[in-house]
Amino acid sequence: MSDQTPIFEARGLRVAIEGKEILRGVDLTVERGQVHALMGRNGSGKSTLAYVAMGHPQYEVLEGQVLFNGHDATEMDTDERARLGMFLAFQYPMVIPGVTVSKFMHSALKARAEGGNVQLREFREKLSSAMDLLGVDKSFTGRYVNEGFSGGEKKRLEILQMFMLEPSFCILDETDSGLDIDALKTVAEGVNATRSAERSHLVITHYQRLLNYIAPDVVHVMMDGQIVRSGGPELALQLEEKGYEWLEDELLQPAGA
Amino acid sequence: MSSRPDDLDINDEYKYGFHDPEVSVFKPEKGLSEELVRAISAKKDEPEWMLEFRLKALATFYAKPMPTWGSGLLETINFDEIYYYLQPVEEQGSSWDDVPEYIKNTFEKLGIPEAEKKFLAGVSAQYESEVVYHSLQEEIEKQGVIFLDMDSGLREHEELVRKYFATVIPAEDNKFSALNSAVWSGGSFVYIPPGVEVTIPLQAYFRINAENMGQFERTLIIADEGSRVHYIEGCTAPTYVSDSLHSAVVELIAMPGAQLRYTTIQNWSKNVYNLVTKRANAYENSLVEWVDGNLGSKLTMKFPCVNLLGEGAHGEILSVALSGEGQHQDAGAKIYHAAPRTTSRITSKSISKSGGRSSYRGMVKVLPGAVGSKVHVECDALLMDENSRSDTYPTMEIAEEDVQVEHEARVSKVGDEQLFYLMSRGLTEEEALVMVVNGFIEPFVKELPMEYAVELNRLIQLEMEGSVG
Repeated sequence: MSDQTPIFEARGLRVAIEGKEILRGVDLTVERGQVHALMGRNGSGKSTLAYVAMGHPQYEVLEGQVLFNGHDATEMDTDERARLGMFLAFQYPMVIPGVTVSKFMHSALKARAEGGNVQLREFREKLSSAMDLLGVDKSFTGRYVNEGFSGGEKKRLEILQMFMLEPSFCILDETDSGLDIDALKTVAEGVNATRSAERSHLVITHYQRLLNYIAPDVVHVMMDGQIVRSGGPELALQLEEKGYEWLEDELLQPAGA
Repeated sequence: MSSRPDDLDINDEYKYGFHDPEVSVFKPEKGLSEELVRAISAKKDEPEWMLEFRLKALATFYAKPMPTWGSGLLETINFDEIYYYLQPVEEQGSSWDDVPEYIKNTFEKLGIPEAEKKFLAGVSAQYESEVVYHSLQEEIEKQGVIFLDMDSGLREHEELVRKYFATVIPAEDNKFSALNSAVWSGGSFVYIPPGVEVTIPLQAYFRINAENMGQFERTLIIADEGSRVHYIEGCTAPTYVSDSLHSAVVELIAMPGAQLRYTTIQNWSKNVYNLVTKRANAYENSLVEWVDGNLGSKLTMKFPCVNLLGEGAHGEILSVALSGEGQHQDAGAKIYHAAPRTTSRITSKSISKSGGRSSYRGMVKVLPGAVGSKVHVECDALLMDENSRSDTYPTMEIAEEDVQVEHEARVSKVGDEQLFYLMSRGLTEEEALVMVVNGFIEPFVKELPMEYAVELNRLIQLEMEGSVG
């Protein structure tokens, strides 16, 4: 695929869970090297889009396609998507009792390495420098994944993983929710530090706050399972200022009125 | 599955299921009889009191009914179809070169000589009914440590054996301890003198080779005052269509201030009935730990026990059971608090998959006078699918007021969300399952010496293969 191929595309995506349609025709294109923000109220379908992008087995694609790097990924297993370079930072990361952060990260890196081998020494050095960069406490490595972690620690671990796994497309699902300003900055630094021409981000957020630290190239607003408006960074500011009602009112007005 | 570590031989899901051609120097007929018991005792040239002990035990075995509270699988044992004694070689070796080539090869496949070189103070290898190889590091022997097979122990230290033998587990304790008492052969006799600390483990390895074999080893470990020892037991058998029986009796005695740990990694093939009685007497301020891992066998019934007999004694029972298709792991723990300020901790973890069944059966008794005692019981069960089963049968009898008792029980299922999370990091479904399971048993694994921890994680991985539907 040429460099012009978008890293991620949703085309006419209709998705249901337990028979209830949540996404009602979503079109979204993320170009390489871009940061997109996806905003919307709770229940608008933002997280569903994240899960479907990552291939959660409980979501049923009724119609449409997910394309990754130009390839149809709609039917791909989650692990395959991950190994191809997709990453999801979870809103509610899971606890894995008895598995240390270090063991978990090493296994995740091995899963995507050629020949399944990652030298322990190289791994330790990489992990150590990533933790330094993100200001994550070194005691993290010996703790069990997310067990007894505070909200902020969980999100830091998600960002640490994003950093270590070097994905080409990162989805951050409300990573900013419930975070204090320090944790928020860690998240933002993680995104900014991994920003490059080869890497794209889809930042899902409820508030504009995170976008003070991460400057998005494109902002989308989702309502009731559809993307109702896309624009530049100014769209996020307008939403912050006027609220979602403003957009709702605008959308209700007949075209050309 | 697409990704499978290269170092695993996946052609045989139970990799120790091979068997040697059967060569034995003495193999009486199948079935149990008084003549057989007399023949075993005569063969071993035992003192009269031991023969009497055996004959009395045989009568007890015949008289006792089968336990009715256990698994229904018990009913399927045919005692007439079992070989109760099989002598594989004429003499025990103290060097692997003295051991017949085919037996040596078997133990090499099981990694025993290598482990011995790397991290063991002494090794005992039992094949069928007899210990075929035995060694103990010279410097440990010089400290007065006795580590022998039970038969040699009886010959060389008759007074010591007579004093303690069957004092922790009398023959009449249960039907299977009676059976063992009648036909026992092999096992270990260990004595650690006062104040001696054996810092690297002693290991015994038990291998059944013949079809329809019954293995009845008998182990007695005495840790004298202020001494310290860690004893490890491993076991495997070939996979046959018909069943074998393993029925051991293990008695531990921890004198005041002694620390005694007994670790088992049971990995019998799935045609072995594993019915074992294990019990310890713990005196003042001593520490006894049973670390008990059950992966194999058709049916295991094993409830390691600690009698806390002296003030301040501590008992610890940490167990893991994995049961797959056609298996029932009926495991548990028993603690008797019979002295003031005694403490105990039971941690039981079970994993059931592919229709397997795990049971936790526990008994904690705090007897009158055991004031200020503390009990902590924790049972965790992990179910891998809808067809598998886990049961908990805890019993507590507390006869004192001033006692602290905690009991926690949890049953969990491997969650779809957990798997999704791990798979979103690139792990295959199978790798994700293995990771969840290994994490679940981590509190157990971290108590094992490094080499055994690695081996156990690998065995779990083998067991999990094909679990993904």
